[in-house]
Amino acid sequence: MTIASGTVREAAIAAPPPAPAATSPARPRKRRQLTRNRWGYAYVAPFFLVFAAFSLYPFMYTAWVSLHETSLSNINGGTWVGLENYRDLLQSEFFWNAARNTLTIGILATVPQLCMALGLAHLLNYKLRGRTFFRTVMLMPYATSIAAATLVFSQLFGRDYGLINTALEAVGLQAIDWEAGTVSSQVAIAVIVTWRWTGYNALIYLAAMQSIPGELYEAAEIDGASKWKQFLHVTIPSLRPTILFTIVVSTIGAVQLFGEPLLFAGNGTTSGGASGQYQTLGLLMYQQGWSNFHIGQAATTAWAMFMIILVIVGVNAVIGRLRNRADR
Amino acid sequence: MATLAPPVTETGRHAPPAAPAVRRRGRRGGSKAGKPGPVTYTLLTLVALVSIFPLYWTLVAGSHTNAEIAATPPPFLPNASLFDNFQAALEQAPIGKAILNSVLVAGSITVGTVLFCTLAGFAFAKLQFRGKGVLLGLVIGTMMVPTQLAVIPLFMMIAELQWVNQLQAVILPTLVSAFGVFFMRQYLISALPNELLEAGRVDGASTFRIFWSIVVPVARPAMAVLAMLTFLTAWNEFFWPLIALTTANPTVQVALAGLGSGYVPQRSVIMAGTLLGTLPVLIVFTILGKQIVGGIMQGAVKG
Repeated sequence: MTIASGTVREAAIAAPPPAPAATSPARPRKRRQLTRNRWGYAYVAPFFLVFAAFSLYPFMYTAWVSLHETSLSNINGGTWVGLENYRDLLQSEFFWNAARNTLTIGILATVPQLCMALGLAHLLNYKLRGRTFFRTVMLMPYATSIAAATLVFSQLFGRDYGLINTALEAVGLQAIDWEAGTVSSQVAIAVIVTWRWTGYNALIYLAAMQSIPGELYEAAEIDGASKWKQFLHVTIPSLRPTILFTIVVSTIGAVQLFGEPLLFAGNGTTSGGASGQYQTLGLLMYQQGWSNFHIGQAATTAWAMFMIILVIVGVNAVIGRLRNRADR
Repeated sequence: MATLAPPVTETGRHAPPAAPAVRRRGRRGGSKAGKPGPVTYTLLTLVALVSIFPLYWTLVAGSHTNAEIAATPPPFLPNASLFDNFQAALEQAPIGKAILNSVLVAGSITVGTVLFCTLAGFAFAKLQFRGKGVLLGLVIGTMMVPTQLAVIPLFMMIAELQWVNQLQAVILPTLVSAFGVFFMRQYLISALPNELLEAGRVDGASTFRIFWSIVVPVARPAMAVLAMLTFLTAWNEFFWPLIALTTANPTVQVALAGLGSGYVPQRSVIMAGTLLGTLPVLIVFTILGKQIVGGIMQGAVKG
């Protein structure tokens, strides 16, 4: 609902609550600030009205719904079942299948992606001819919607006439039924995610690289460090906060993966393949709610996804803090 | 803040937006590290090709008949059937209407988001009021809540209001963005000098006047960046519109999702439809790409 990419990065940053704005006003100024006081509320009011109605209230209500046995046709009249939905969820093989797939697709989609983005940023950081051209072209996949990208890639990965299979056969390899296999379908979906986001993350890394003081490299050069050593011992450590942040953002995106598995077979089936081989948590939630009409179950899955995200963000915040302390 | 924030000081980052980065690059360029070799260009060209090829393939596949793209070897140049396929796609899904709807939806969301987030971002950056820290924490905290957590009550709400399949159902919930507030706050903290506000106050300007004639002019570059990113995101929004709308009154993404669900999916028609639905953003991106790239990089350092 918010800007998917930017969203969470600040969330991660903000894990320790934001420091209150430095307020050490001199006495006479104090009165003026008091008059500003009520205006602050006026400025944030429009935002918070919409925010409360369409974000805060729904989040809370989802928790309430998850404690009910509710169907889509009987939206307000569910019966209270307490934690039963959660118990069912933990015993459901569909949940564990989706959780497993989300994890494996998530790893396949983020690890190579971020490594490539890092390398790409390194290349883009040279004094290039056509710098703007390269940067813009690499961001084009980001501008392409999930639906469009998935439709194109499901053609490219097609079993019979897909270009990728044609290429495989041309070099003497066997064609692959990408959609049918567990590993192959997950790899294909990871490829779509990687295609859309690598350029974007490369730009984030590039921005961080450009703010590394040149003196660090000069010092390393004087010490006789090779280019590779410089990359390893100057660039990477300086980028660590940014890297951690992109890991968090990509992981949160991966937990919510939905459009790609929904459209990968081309026809919008919610099962994620014949045997659910690429069904993700996001897709399962949609299936429970809007194919099977079990709203209560869907709410439970949604909360489980949120919990997973909280754990991920928490772990990353702890890692970030520990490393920071180690540096001091 | 210290844990994850990129290693850049907050102040002075923005005063002349491009200057520090350029200077630094220049310094690096001065050392031997700055000279890229042919390997660098080859790799970058390769990545550029991979980035463009799927989009180019949409054009190739969308401009042939079904039989022609199934040929071996497959065609690699556009052909003549593009408009026939466009027509077929338009019959299968109301893409024209969808584009109009998407312009409306993404446009409204952009206007609302930029306005509300600039207002709130200004208050969080420069005004003192009780509970400010808590409220800001709330905004930032919800940025990691998945969309899935909101859609069920939202759906109940629009069902109750009889808004299913109506555009306001997808506009209203997306009208604000926590990211936008944070983005504007970060920008205004350093870009808007307190003296300017004080001066306005001494001159007796009302708080609203101060916002309109002091804050907005200063905030304009960041507002433009936020507008571009918001429009792009809103145009590509998939999950909630898919739930709230049907193919009878779709946004582009909902229409595209319906394209492939025919009984006999025709590849060339699907590709033509995809091209049609993607063309508007691609055109915008061709014109504003440089600014969008700059905006993303700026936002990255600001965070």
